Amino acid sequence: MKRNLTMIPYLVWMSLFVIIPMLLIVYYAFTVTTPEGTTWTLENFSRFFEPIYLRVLWRSVALALVCTLICLFIGYPVAMIMAGNAFTRKNVVMLLFIVPMWMNFLLRTYAWLTILERNGFLNVFFSTIGLPQMNILYTNTAVVLGMVYNFLPFMVLPIYSVLSKIDKGVIEAAGDLGANSFQVFMRVIFPLSLPGVVSGITMVFMPALTTFVISRLLGGGQFTLIGNLIEQQFLVVGNWGFGSAISMVMIVVILLSMAVMSFFEDEDKEATLW
Amino acid sequence: MVKFLKRCYVYLIFAFLYMPIMVLMVYSFNDSRSRGAWGGFTFRWYVELFQDRTIMTSLYYTLLIGITASLIATVIGTIAAFAIHNSRGLKKKLVMNLTYIPVLNPDIVTAISLMILFVFVKLRLGFVTLLLAHITFNIPYVILSVLPKLRQLNKHLYEAALDLGATPTQAFWKVIIPEIMPGIITGMLLAFTLSIDDFVISFFTTGSGVSTLSITAYSMARRGINPKINALSTIMFLLVLVLLVIVNVRQEREQKKGMNGKNGSKKQNGSSSPEYTDPQYGSKWM
Repeated sequence: MKRNLTMIPYLVWMSLFVIIPMLLIVYYAFTVTTPEGTTWTLENFSRFFEPIYLRVLWRSVALALVCTLICLFIGYPVAMIMAGNAFTRKNVVMLLFIVPMWMNFLLRTYAWLTILERNGFLNVFFSTIGLPQMNILYTNTAVVLGMVYNFLPFMVLPIYSVLSKIDKGVIEAAGDLGANSFQVFMRVIFPLSLPGVVSGITMVFMPALTTFVISRLLGGGQFTLIGNLIEQQFLVVGNWGFGSAISMVMIVVILLSMAVMSFFEDEDKEATLW
Repeated sequence: MVKFLKRCYVYLIFAFLYMPIMVLMVYSFNDSRSRGAWGGFTFRWYVELFQDRTIMTSLYYTLLIGITASLIATVIGTIAAFAIHNSRGLKKKLVMNLTYIPVLNPDIVTAISLMILFVFVKLRLGFVTLLLAHITFNIPYVILSVLPKLRQLNKHLYEAALDLGATPTQAFWKVIIPEIMPGIITGMLLAFTLSIDDFVISFFTTGSGVSTLSITAYSMARRGINPKINALSTIMFLLVLVLLVIVNVRQEREQKKGMNGKNGSKKQNGSSSPEYTDPQYGSKWM
């Protein structure tokens, strides 16, 4: 009896502010309101498949993929080194890795503006050591750089978490049974770390796909990704139906990736995030 | 040798992660407006920062929202954590999935869904909507901080208190709550930090006149580089750093206590246990 009552405030709150808003997105995505009234339609979704918006989708997916791959290739070794015994004070190293994440996301992105600017830190540095100037601000490169900078820890931390739980005995056994270190990595360590890799990929890919701040600040005004498109539909154009339809596509992608993740997940991890 | 190379690689990554923050901090003391050149040391931007009415108003709102939202979220989240801890089976699974939705949704989806809701029920966008939005995205993090503590809790403690003559209310407030207090505090600090850090959700759910520091910084940054933002970043970074150190020192102390045998079920080694960092990195990833 008592436990049923304690659940109620939370359920009410979550229904009001999580479930109903999601349902409202669905409602707006499937309706069009004209002066004559509201009708159910698929128009908002079909609009998404117009070439101009498909290009936006393609660009967003491409940039997010590039960012995810870079994070994976840079991040996996970092996670492996940190899970290994190269550092004696592991928790200090971990903490050092986490601290920059706590800097305001917006200000971190803004910092790159300062660095990449025409008269910014990087170009001043380059001209002092005699290298030619580089203008990468407001290009794809700058946007990807900003994404990698912001999302790299999301790749490293889940992989680290899985790697540090691997039973060292398994690795030793593989060695004893005649595997060289490359084989040990490919056939033992990497397969065992797959859950971490999968959640790392999801956790980098999703925010990279939906960001609008990084592309706005580092990509300049002309740069449109899915996030910018959603923002525009709601705050500038006022076309909520179309904006909701795009958001719904995003939600579906997330649900799919969640399903993939839970496929790889262990039983005992209900309360940790990976 | 291999070890040396490995360390160098990690240090290189650290350099990549810290360079922008360092550059911002150094430039916040730079007397020249043109970015690259060093024009001498100054506190000018800090003085101007504190004289800027817009920034000071947004600082006020940031702190007000952060404190209020984290307190309310802590209350709701703690009660919810008890309820989730006590429930079983499918119901528990469903509620846990519900809890993960705001965590897993991209910020922008959470933001526009809340904005649609507020406009739909004709609530004027402003302080109230901002507060409701912040409470909503804070609650799951409080739950995820409190639940592990509840799981560590000795089941017989409550019964022991009752046997020793405490009423159920006394047993709850004097035995159970103090036991899980570290989790509650961690959750609250986490909620506060996330609240002052948030940009996207605030951006969509606030109205004219009410603006947080992130929103102000965004509109300033869109107009170009402004040394006042550097000063602001430096202060905010140090503020968050202090909070983070407090949370970690608290946890470390907890862990030590656990190792001294007060509670046998706790983790043995504090150094390599990934649990140690979970509350931090489990949170900040979107």
